[in-house]
Amino acid sequence: MNHEFACQALRHMVRIRLFEERTLEVLMQGKLASTMCHVSIGQEAVAAGVCMAMQPNDYITSTHRGHGHLIARGGDLGRMMAELMGKATGYCKGRGGSMHITDVALGHLGANGIVGGHIGIAVGAALWSKLSGNQAVTVCMFGDGAVTEGVFHEALNMAAVYQLPAVFVCENNQYAMSLPWTKATPPVSFKTRADAYATPGVDVDGQDPLAVYCAAAQAIAHARAGGGPTLIGAHTYRFLGHSRGDPSAYRDPEEERQWRARDPIALFKARALDEGWLTPDDMQTIEAEAQRSLDEAVRFAEESPAAPDEVAFEDVYFPTAHS
Amino acid sequence: MTMMMFRDALRQALREEMQRDPRVFLLGEDIGRYGGAYAVTKGLLEEFGPQRVIDTPMSEGTIVGAAVGAAMTGGRPVAEIMYVDFLAYAMDQLVNQAAKIHYMFGGQIHVPIVVRTQQGTGRGAGAQHSQSLEAWFVHIPGLKVVAPATPEDAKGLLKSAIRDGNPVVFLEHKGLYAIKGEVPDHEYLIPIGRARVARPGSDITLISYSRTMYLALEAADALAQSGIQAEVIDLRTLKPLDMETIIASVKHTRRAVVIHEASLTAGLGAEIASRLSEALFGRLAAPVRRVAALDIPLPANSHLEKLIVPDTARIVRAAQETLGYTVKETTA
Ligand SMILES: Cc1ncc(C[n+]2csc(CCOP(=O)(O)OP(=O)(O)O)c2C)c(N)n1
Repeated sequence: MNHEFACQALRHMVRIRLFEERTLEVLMQGKLASTMCHVSIGQEAVAAGVCMAMQPNDYITSTHRGHGHLIARGGDLGRMMAELMGKATGYCKGRGGSMHITDVALGHLGANGIVGGHIGIAVGAALWSKLSGNQAVTVCMFGDGAVTEGVFHEALNMAAVYQLPAVFVCENNQYAMSLPWTKATPPVSFKTRADAYATPGVDVDGQDPLAVYCAAAQAIAHARAGGGPTLIGAHTYRFLGHSRGDPSAYRDPEEERQWRARDPIALFKARALDEGWLTPDDMQTIEAEAQRSLDEAVRFAEESPAAPDEVAFEDVYFPTAHS
Repeated sequence: MTMMMFRDALRQALREEMQRDPRVFLLGEDIGRYGGAYAVTKGLLEEFGPQRVIDTPMSEGTIVGAAVGAAMTGGRPVAEIMYVDFLAYAMDQLVNQAAKIHYMFGGQIHVPIVVRTQQGTGRGAGAQHSQSLEAWFVHIPGLKVVAPATPEDAKGLLKSAIRDGNPVVFLEHKGLYAIKGEVPDHEYLIPIGRARVARPGSDITLISYSRTMYLALEAADALAQSGIQAEVIDLRTLKPLDMETIIASVKHTRRAVVIHEASLTAGLGAEIASRLSEALFGRLAAPVRRVAALDIPLPANSHLEKLIVPDTARIVRAAQETLGYTVKETTA
């Protein structure tokens, strides 16, 4: 584990945390264009670890709680914030919002509002990699809620039987809205679930970016070498409510307290200091830099023009010459 | 021109597009070895190999989902769903994903997929294998919907659908695969979005598509015996609708009957009738009539099935009533 890696991991996590904290602020100020916004505070290590294991030409599919995936993939914070505020400079011209945020140029195939809806798309991207030989691996991020959707089984099955270069990462934050994981599905590990498809599976600590990175890197290398898909269960926790206005009344405060004591950023900082990966100065620099990027992103978004009315009417169809 | 069956015309379209564009590939259930439930893809596995003709597990949602993902990353997939009824399993992929991605993601990416499927009655296949569900797809902005009636159109429209940059639902009729028609020998495309006047006439317009287009032609023959000249329009594309061709005809005939095998309520006939009344209210000599399937599931019985769907006699009767229509003042 080198200094460079630790800097990156911390940088990603801090940028995600700050982005989402600022998002909640501007949301409270009534500046978001959509009422749909889900933050991943507490889960940052998963996005950081997974994206750091990816190559530039790889693909990722994301969820309704997907800011972190795009940020760790290298997304532009200004264009992201602009998208959330419904600005013309936003990634989706201001009509996608938080739940559909995307930068296709980064191999990001979209955040998705249908829980599990993108898992089949990930299979398709991986299928095309296999058919075209483009060497890309597709990483499919999804929540524990998606595991109980039928498409999860179809996708795992198809990816496994065709040995597709795909990595399925369940960000198990223990809740699908109010339903706890333990009440949604029998107590079966992701390793065991993967066994059912005769493909590798692994359960990792989702509060530790290094553990997530190692699992993801191995899975991605395996997939790229033609070994087929891996199912990763990254066990984490959603620190806040499902969305704004959800006080999480269905959760045990003691459980919340225990998980909060495992804040991925605090844990990683303590360990990095301990192991000598980072100095307090390094950390301060990283945090100050992230703070500055966020200030700039918010300023950029606020100063950007609102999406013009025409945007509502464009891009229903892709122009096709012959018809 | 060569005389050929509808299914052979479709296969020619697939073959030509696969030869033209190496990104085009097929996926679906039993399309390889078996050659497709209705034999459309017969021989293509042998010709193009298992990388271009992919026999998938039974997973309609992920067949369409995989098509979407492959299209987003550079492929030009043509998915086959054995029966339109099974597309119910894939509606999320089609409606929430394929149709929305170009718009939702700000135009950054588009989804050039074709979903070929097969629908309709004629085989007593029952309530889950005989529906005509075009209205589901026509209702969705972002999709295009095609339903050819002739081998020539089937080939030309399928080639256009494969070249289109959008998701296209391509509806074949199970009762048409074996019909024969002339197909041009040279390369050609039939544009999506253009209807065709299948038979010119001046007294009434019969608007249909797919298999019921032939019933409309039969009805026109029957009407001609009593001196009535019916114009028959074959829509070919259901979305976008070619209202220009429809309105031009009805402006002239002032009377119209829409015929389809899908059930009546909120069907395409309702949409066309509504658009005609919006465009030509003062000019219409009679209300636009619909001849459609009754709002009843389809029985697995070839005899009983016929009682539900339109037949030529019903079309003739509707046309005659439309022609004999006189405005009755209603008093409150
Ligand atoms: C198919 C579908 N069903 C229900 C919803 C409503 N919904 C949105 S998020 C959510 C919970 C999803 O849980 P999970 O997949 O674990 O992700 P998390 O929200 O915990 O990140 C629900 C029920 C939806 N968007 N899509």
